[in-house]
Amino acid sequence: MAISSDYRNQKKRSGNFKPKGRIADKTAIDDVTDLLPNQLQRDMLIEYLHLIQDKYSFLSSDHLTALAFIMKLPLSEVWEVASFYDHFILVKETQTPPPSRTIRVCTSLTCSLYESEKMLDAASQSDTAEIRYISAPCLGACDQAPVAADGHFLIPKINPDTLQKLKHTQSTKEKNTLDILQTAWDMDAYINSGGYEILNHLKQSDDKEDHESALLQIEGSALRGLGGAGFPTGKKWRIVRQQAGPRLMAINADEGEPGTFKDRHYLSSNPHQMIEGILIAALLVGISDCYIYVRDEYPEILHLLRCELQKLDATNLADHTTIHLRRGAGAYICGEESAMIESIEGKRGLPRHRPPFVAEKGLFGRPTLVNNVETLFWIPAILKNGADWFNEQGTTEHPGHRTYSVSGRVANPGLVLAPAGITARELIEKCGGMAEGHSFKAYLPGGASGGILPASKADIGLDFGGELAKYGCFVGSHAIVILSDHDNIWDVAKNLMQFFKHESCGQCTPCRAGTDKAVSIMNATEYQPELLSEIAAVMRDASICGLGQAASNPLSCAMRFFPEECERSFSCVSTGLNLSGSNT
Amino acid sequence: MNEHNPIAKNQVKFMLNDKEVYAHSEQTIWQAAHTQGVEIPHLCYRNDETYRADGNCRACMVQIEGERTLAASCQRKVSDGMVVTTDTDRVKNSQKLVMELLLSDHPDKEIAHDDSSHFWQMAETHSLETSRFPSRPAIEADNSHPAIAVNMDACIQCGLCVRACREVQVNDVIGMAGRGADAHIIFDFGDDMGASTCVGCGECVQACPTGALLPKSLMNEDATKRTITPDKQVDSVCPYCGVGCQLSFQVKDDKIVGVESKKGPANLGRLCVKGRYGFDYIHNKERLTKPLIRREDVPKKDWHSFNPSNPLTHFREASWQEALDTASEGLNTIKSTHGGAALSGFGSAKGSNEEAYLFQKLIRTGFQTNNVDHCTRLCHASSVAALLENIGSGAVTASFSQAKYADAIIVIGANPTVNHPVAATFIKNAAQRGAELFVLDPRAQALDRYATKSLNFKPGSDVSLLNALINVIISEELYDRDYVNTHTEGFEQLAETVKYLTPEAMSPICGIPAEDIRLVARKFSNAPAGIIFWGMGISQHTHGTDNSRCLISLALLTGNIGKKGAGLHPLRGQNNVQGASDAGLIPMFLPDYQSVSDPQIRKKYEAIWQFPIPEQIGLTVVEITNAAFNGDIKGMYIMGENPAMSDPDQNHARAALENLDCLVVQDIFPTETAAFADVILPASAFPEKTGTVTNTDRRVQLGRQAVPPPGNAKQDYWIIQEIATRMGLQWSYQHPKDIFAEMRIVMPSLTGITWERLEKEDAVTYPCIDEHSDGQDLLFTESFPTKSGLGKFTPAEYTPPAEEPDDEYPFVLSTGRLLEHWHTGSMTRRSVVLDEIEPVAEIHINPKNLRSLGGFAGTQLQISTRRGVITLAARLDPGLPDGMVFIPFCFDEAPANMLTNSALDPFGKIPELKFSAANIKIAE
Repeated sequence: MAISSDYRNQKKRSGNFKPKGRIADKTAIDDVTDLLPNQLQRDMLIEYLHLIQDKYSFLSSDHLTALAFIMKLPLSEVWEVASFYDHFILVKETQTPPPSRTIRVCTSLTCSLYESEKMLDAASQSDTAEIRYISAPCLGACDQAPVAADGHFLIPKINPDTLQKLKHTQSTKEKNTLDILQTAWDMDAYINSGGYEILNHLKQSDDKEDHESALLQIEGSALRGLGGAGFPTGKKWRIVRQQAGPRLMAINADEGEPGTFKDRHYLSSNPHQMIEGILIAALLVGISDCYIYVRDEYPEILHLLRCELQKLDATNLADHTTIHLRRGAGAYICGEESAMIESIEGKRGLPRHRPPFVAEKGLFGRPTLVNNVETLFWIPAILKNGADWFNEQGTTEHPGHRTYSVSGRVANPGLVLAPAGITARELIEKCGGMAEGHSFKAYLPGGASGGILPASKADIGLDFGGELAKYGCFVGSHAIVILSDHDNIWDVAKNLMQFFKHESCGQCTPCRAGTDKAVSIMNATEYQPELLSEIAAVMRDASICGLGQAASNPLSCAMRFFPEECERSFSCVSTGLNLSGSNT
Repeated sequence: MNEHNPIAKNQVKFMLNDKEVYAHSEQTIWQAAHTQGVEIPHLCYRNDETYRADGNCRACMVQIEGERTLAASCQRKVSDGMVVTTDTDRVKNSQKLVMELLLSDHPDKEIAHDDSSHFWQMAETHSLETSRFPSRPAIEADNSHPAIAVNMDACIQCGLCVRACREVQVNDVIGMAGRGADAHIIFDFGDDMGASTCVGCGECVQACPTGALLPKSLMNEDATKRTITPDKQVDSVCPYCGVGCQLSFQVKDDKIVGVESKKGPANLGRLCVKGRYGFDYIHNKERLTKPLIRREDVPKKDWHSFNPSNPLTHFREASWQEALDTASEGLNTIKSTHGGAALSGFGSAKGSNEEAYLFQKLIRTGFQTNNVDHCTRLCHASSVAALLENIGSGAVTASFSQAKYADAIIVIGANPTVNHPVAATFIKNAAQRGAELFVLDPRAQALDRYATKSLNFKPGSDVSLLNALINVIISEELYDRDYVNTHTEGFEQLAETVKYLTPEAMSPICGIPAEDIRLVARKFSNAPAGIIFWGMGISQHTHGTDNSRCLISLALLTGNIGKKGAGLHPLRGQNNVQGASDAGLIPMFLPDYQSVSDPQIRKKYEAIWQFPIPEQIGLTVVEITNAAFNGDIKGMYIMGENPAMSDPDQNHARAALENLDCLVVQDIFPTETAAFADVILPASAFPEKTGTVTNTDRRVQLGRQAVPPPGNAKQDYWIIQEIATRMGLQWSYQHPKDIFAEMRIVMPSLTGITWERLEKEDAVTYPCIDEHSDGQDLLFTESFPTKSGLGKFTPAEYTPPAEEPDDEYPFVLSTGRLLEHWHTGSMTRRSVVLDEIEPVAEIHINPKNLRSLGGFAGTQLQISTRRGVITLAARLDPGLPDGMVFIPFCFDEAPANMLTNSALDPFGKIPELKFSAANIKIAE
C-alpha cells in the first residue's frame, strides 16, 4: 500500500540491492587466507601481494578485494600500493589477464646500445597467448648486454634469434637457481675461509673498548656509502648509535642505477661477507631488526639469501638481532633510502621529505641505519686488516678502493676493483680497450644520474665530489658506461630521460611533469635547448629527492658538451637508437 | 615586529627576506611568512590545521641559506637562525615553472571547469594563463555521482582529495594510483565515483583547489563548468542530525544553490552528504504553501489514496484565518467538552528551541494538559531516564570532540558513520592516532576497520554482555578504587548482582567468546581515559534503561567521567532533540528537567507564564497514540513530527490518528500523518527560519534564515502564537529572540548565553558561568547534580526482548536508518541527490539467509510480523548475522514501522524498535 507520489514515480527507480563498492567473495577470501600467515602485518602488504601473484600469475580484483577485507585495509590503499610497482599485474573484472610468461627485455642504456629495442620490437610481433615480450629498465647485468629476463630470471647476451626461440624453451628459473647455489660461497665455505671471525671476536668480547676501537677503525677508514651517496660510513654508524633505541637497519640491495651490477656480483658470489658486515653493524650500533631489501629483478639472489639466512638461524651468529628479507616489486625509486623504507613499510615507494633524516626517524618512525650492500661487504675486511690497509688501496687524494661497473663499448665489460679516483681512460684500458671498430667519444661517470662527459674529460678522478662536481656530474654508484663514435649523444640523453620518466614516483611536479615534458620536447621536431634548460633548472632546484634533482644531468651535459650533435639530431633522422618515448 | 628579548620558550628568531622575524617553533616557514603578510604561492597546501602539509606540488619553494636545493615552505618548520628568502630569481623561476608545468595539462581558462578556483588565482599571481609545454592526452569526465562532477583533466596530483578522504573524513575511498606521469586519482580500484564506496561527504570537493572536483549544483547543465555564483551566503546550522555542523547556505535569487561548510566547534569544517548535498528538499514542488482544510466528503479512513503530489483530492485550500479558526475551534471544543486531558501535542525536534519552548507552553497553558512529547521518546528516552536516575543529568558528560583525547573508545549500539557521519570522522581520527576502539554491535559496520576489537553480540543480549564486562572489572579489581570510593554509591549492590555473571557464564547468552569479553574489559579499564558512545541499539529496547544503566556503571567504575578524553555520550539524533528536551517538550518535565508534579516548580512557572499549569504528568508518545486509539485523547496538534511513519505498530498508530476528532498538522510537506489531518498548516523549513538549536554536545547554535518560506507558508512560531491567541493566551512575541529572552528567565542552562552573544559567536556550550566565559565541555569534574552529589550504580539483570523469534516468526527484525535518508524520509526522499543514491525500499539480509529463502539481490520479499506485512526488494548485506534482518524506516512505500513492536521500556517508555520477530518469504 504505497502512498504514491507523482514526483517520485516520474523518475527511473532502480535499487542498489547490495552495499556500495565491492564485496569480498568467499572463494577469493579462502584463496588468499590459504596463502597468508596467521598473524598479519600491515607492512607485509607487498610480500602478500607477491604471494598471491606468484600463485595466480596476476592480481585479480577479486583477490585484491579479499586481501583488503582480510587486512582491514581500504580498497584504494591496496590498489595504490599494487599499482605503483611495475611487477604487479592488476587485472580488473572486465579485463583479460596477460600471458603467464613474460619476457622482459632491458631497454636501458647499455642494452640499448646493443639494439635491445629492435630485438624487443621484433619479438613482440609474435606475442602469443602463452608468452609476451615487454620492455624493462636496467636489470643489473650490463656487462652481459643485451639482457632479458624470463619472468625475472636473467637471460644474458640475447640475440634476436634466442629471444624468439624462448617461446619453445623452458623457463630459466630452474637453471638460474641451481647455478647460483653452486657457484656462491655458502656459509660453510665462508667460515672455512676465515669468515665470521671478526664478528665472533666482537660478540664474545666483554670489553667495551673492543667495540669502540672497531668503530674507530671504520671511522678512520675512507669507507663511504657505495650505493651512491658517499656518506662516510663510520660517521653514519656513530650518528645512529647515538639515537635512542630501538634502532633499525635497512640494507639497500635495490641496485637499479643503469650501468651498475656490482651488488649483484657480491651477493651472488659471497653473500656472507655482506651478512657479516650487517651483523657487525647490528652489534656495534645496537640494531634490533635488520631488513635486507632486495630488488625483485634478482630472484636468484633472493633465493640464495633465503637459504643462507636459514643456515645462519641454526647458529648463534645472528642472535643479537633479527634479519628480515624483503622483496622489491620493480621500482628504481626504491633504491632511494627513504623510498626503500616506505616500501619496507608496505607502502608506495615515495621518498620522504628531509628533515627529519632517516638516522633520526626512519623505518617505522625509528632511528634507522641504511647501508648499501657493498659498503657492508667491506666491513669485515676493514676490521681484519685495519683502516690504513683500506685507505692504502687508493691514494692520499682518493683513499680506498671502489668497485667500478664498466659496460658499453669496451672489449671486456665487467667489474673493476680499483683505487678510488681512477679515471675513465684507465678503466677502459683495464677492460681491454675500446671494442673493435669503436673510438672513445663520451662516457657516463656515474650511471644514468651522474651525467655525460666527453672523452676529452676522461682523465678526471672518478670519486665523490672533486672535479666531477665542477661539471655538475657525480660518480654515484660507480657505473661507468663507455660510449663511442657509433653512439648519438642525443639518443643517449633521450634514453636516460625516458628511464627517469618511467621511474619517477610522481609525487612532485618538477620531476613528474618535468621528465614527462622533457621526453616529449626531446622527441619533438624542433630543438628547444632554452626550454629544456628551464625544465632542468626547476628539476634540480625543486624536486623532493635525488631522482628528480639528477634526472636532468644527462640532458644538461649533452646540451653543454655536445651542442652541435644535439642540434643535428633534429635536422636529420637519427640513426642508431630509436626511442618511441612510450612507457612499458 | 617583536622586540622581545630574550626569546620566549617555543619561539624562534629567523630571517625572512632580510628582515628579522619571530615565530612559534611549531610553525612552518609558510605560516610564519603568512603571519608577516608575505604570501607564498601554494597549491597542495591547505591553510587548515586539520590537513597535513604534503609538500608535493613545489609551488611554495623558498631558499634556505646553506641548503643545496630549495625547500617547500609549507612543510619546513622554522628554526632559530634560519635565513630564508622568497624573492630571489632562483625561487621565483622555480615557482613559476612549476605553475607553468601544471598549466600545460589543464584545460584552457575559457573552458576551465572553475576559472575562479584557487589554481587560477595562483596562476594569476605569476601572470600566467597559458603554457609553453605540451599537454597530456585528454581525460574523460566522470559524472557518475549525482552530486559531484569529476574532471580529472584539471587534476594536478596535489593529493588534497586523498588527504580529505583518507585522513580527514577517513572514508577511505580515494587513492593515488600508478607512478610518475601516470599517477592518477582513483576511487576504490579505479572505479567511477558513483559506483564506488564513496559516501558523498564532499570533503574532497571542498579540498580540491583546481575544479577537478565540483558540486554539480553550481554548474551548467552538462556539468562541465561552474557557472553559478551565489548572491549571498548565510551562516547557519545543518537541519539534519545532532552533530550540528555549521555551514553556509549559498543563495541565489532566493533559492539555496549550494552549501559550504563552516568551521564550527563541532564539525571543524566537515559535512556529510545530507548536509552538503541534501539542501534542495526545501525547493521540492510538494512543499505546503497554503493552509488546507479537510474536505467534507473525504473520510479519514481513505488515507490510502492520499497522494502528496496532489493533496487537493482530500483537502481544500483555505485562508490562514479560516484554517487557524477551524483548527482552534476543533481543539477548544474538545477542551471545553472533555477537558485538557483529551488533548495532546507532538512538538518537533527539528525546529528551533524557541518553537519547541512555545509549543510546550501552548500545550500546558492553552490546552491545559501535560500531554506534550516529541520523538525523543522513540530515541534516547531510556538513556535519559537512566542518566537522570544515576548521575542527575540527562545530557552528555563530554562532547564527541573529546574522542581526540581518549585512549579507549567504546561505540555500542550505534552506527555513527551512518547516523552521525562527521562525529564518526573524529572517532576514526582518534583510532588512526592510536586510541583503541571497541565496536559492540550485532551488525558489522564501517568502524570495524579501525577497531581493536569488534564484538558482534546476539541482538537483545546487551545486558548480559555488559554485566560480564562489569564482572571482569570488579573481579579482577581493575576498577578505579579511588574514584569509586569518593564519587559513587551502590557499588556493593552492583558487585553482588554481577558476582556470578562471568564471561564464561554470559558467553552463551551474548554469543561472544569469554576471552574477548575479558580483553575489552581489561583494555577499557586500563586506558587512562575512556569514552563511551551509544545510540539506538542501546535505547530502543524494552530493556533500554537497563542497557544505559550498565554503561553508566562502566563509566563510573573506571572513573571515566569529568576528565579529558572520557565520558558518557549518547549520540543525540535530531538537530535539536537535545534542545527540544531541554525546552520542556516532554510530559514529565518543564524546561530544564524541572518536575511538573512539583508544586513549587509549577508555581515558579505560573508566575512567569501568568497562567495555571496542570499538575498531572502527561502521557508519552506511544501512550498518547494508545489513548487516541481508545478514544481517551480526541485532539492533537502535531508540529514537525510524522508519527504515522515513526511510531511503532503503524497500523495501530494510523488507526489512532484516524480516530481523532481533531488533528491539526503543521509541517513543510504533506506527510503520511497529514493525510489524517483536519487542518494542515504550511510551515517553515529550517533554512527558512532564524532560531537556536542545541546539538548533541550541548552546544547552543544560531540558525539564520537564508531564504523565505515558499508561497503562503509561515514561520512556526507565528503559527503557534496564532493558535495560542485563539485558545485564550495573550502572547506577543515579535521575533524568536523575544522567545529566547523568556527562555533565559526560566532555564538556568542558558545562563551566560544571550542572543547577542550567539549572533556574534555562533555557538556557546552550556552550562556556562557567564557571558564572558566559554561553556563547559566536560561535566561533573567534582561531583554530580544528584541529591548525594555521588554517581549511582543501578544494577540491571538480563531480560530478553519482548518478542523473541519462534517457529512462526523465526527472524529477528531490526530497524534503523541509512546514510542518505533522514528518518521518515519526508525531507530526504524529496532531495534529488539523496533520493537518487538510495531510491528504493530494500530489506537488508545476509546472503546465506537470502539464498536459503530462494532469493537473490533484488528479489521482492514479503516480510510480516504480528502487526503487519510489507513487501520490498532484498539487499545483500554480509554484515548482518545469521537470522537477523534490517529495514530502514524511511520508505513510505514499505514502512518498516508497520512491523515493529510497540512494547515499552517501563522507565523510558520507549518502544522496542530494534527487535521484533518476523517471517520472510518470497513475495508472490
